[in-house]
Amino acid sequence: MGLFRMPSLGADMEAGTLVEWLVKPGDSVKRGQVVAVVETQKGAIEVECFEEGTVEELLLAPGQKVPVETPMARIRAPGEVPAAAAPAAPPPPAAAPAAAPREAPSVAKAAAPPPPPPPAPTAGPKVSPAARRRALELGVPLDRIHGTGPDGAITVADVEAAARGAAAEAPTPAPAPAGPVSPKAEAVRAAPRRGFDPVEMRKAIAAAMSRSKREIPHYYLATTVEMARALAFLEAVNRERPPPERLLPAVLLLKATALALREVPELNGFWVEGGFRPGPGIHLGWAISLRGGGLVAPAIHDVDARPLPELMAALRDLVGRARNGGLKSSELADATLTITSLGERGAEAVLPVIYPPQVAMVGFGAIVRRPWVDDEGGLVARPVVQVSLAADHRASDGHLGSRFLAAIADHLQRPESL
Amino acid sequence: MTREELERVVADVLAGIAPEADLASVKPAEDLREALDLDSMDFLNLVIGLHERLGIDIPEADYPKLFSKEGLLAYLVTKTGG
Repeated sequence: MGLFRMPSLGADMEAGTLVEWLVKPGDSVKRGQVVAVVETQKGAIEVECFEEGTVEELLLAPGQKVPVETPMARIRAPGEVPAAAAPAAPPPPAAAPAAAPREAPSVAKAAAPPPPPPPAPTAGPKVSPAARRRALELGVPLDRIHGTGPDGAITVADVEAAARGAAAEAPTPAPAPAGPVSPKAEAVRAAPRRGFDPVEMRKAIAAAMSRSKREIPHYYLATTVEMARALAFLEAVNRERPPPERLLPAVLLLKATALALREVPELNGFWVEGGFRPGPGIHLGWAISLRGGGLVAPAIHDVDARPLPELMAALRDLVGRARNGGLKSSELADATLTITSLGERGAEAVLPVIYPPQVAMVGFGAIVRRPWVDDEGGLVARPVVQVSLAADHRASDGHLGSRFLAAIADHLQRPESL
Repeated sequence: MTREELERVVADVLAGIAPEADLASVKPAEDLREALDLDSMDFLNLVIGLHERLGIDIPEADYPKLFSKEGLLAYLVTKTGG
């Protein structure tokens, strides 16, 4: 029996609110399947399941806010015997060790501010298992139901009354439609970005960046890379392609960084428990500024192994979903190094602030035309980009960082190898 | 297509990229990217949207003609056969 828990989507996340379930008891689930939508400080996130099996029971109702690691559902592994049609009433969420992390991302936790006390519903009113199930079916948060049973316990009738009341009030953008039909993830994506609160996002950024500057002894390096070959390569590629298949310079910067990390893997990973832990792959976070303020840096997986057109499609898709909602939990949790690229109208150079517990961040300024001394010693105008590195001095030294920047520059001089 | 029709198409495509962008507020000679805070990904999405809606090819070499509102509309009028 596995427990599906509220995931930690980055060092700055303490709690999340269940917006809706995309599965119901009895559904089989696969690894990587989106099973729920959770509202975080970074907006509504599609949460993936990392176990295979059958959904046995949903432990949270939409609207409930719980700390990271709180069990949200029970998943029965393939071949496991069902829990005898569940006469054994499951413990309400409150009984679960809400704030106890399963495995210690302990450095992260130790420094992070203490998690907020569990919200009221988890300390919770008494609810019969049948009433809990009915509340889930109707999508009524338990904390909005007035209990009329013994000791104020919530009964099925109370749930149904609350559901009718909610319908009568026609509340704010209704949560999931009631009933057994799972809304499709596509519908979620099509909906306007939900749950994105600029104030909350600012708080998340403040927490992560304060922690970074408090804990990480940054060192910075920068170099200027000539981009004439890279841009000529792009121009030639794009001339033959219709707009939807065209590449942006950003994708060259992304891939060059990934290939350089293959050569300097010491910068790809995390600083945890007083030591460096290599990343499980080259999953690069891409900083995306959001209209209306704020920033997210979701990951593109296995960048080093993917061809440019595929990376371009992934980048377009990611930017769209970051701005309109629909980022996945793995995208927020998996980045092994983050890139910030200021784009064509940005400043010429950036000295990034590392996103903990990563050990490095790469910055690209705008590509601009500047005087350049060519191989023959002549002065010419060339497109150039400033590439910078912020790295954690606990994990590496400037010599290694210099090698890494040189590797990025080298790959950008050989664009056909990207 | 007429200029007015094309302006509506552009506004429509933009709405999907930058919902708060107000094309009507942009002065004719102003750079759309500056005025509406479009990055290169947004601009590419604008080109893709126009390509798909109007069925016209827009070579990358032509992008500089599309940066101002009047330049963009004049370009589209020509491309769609006036």
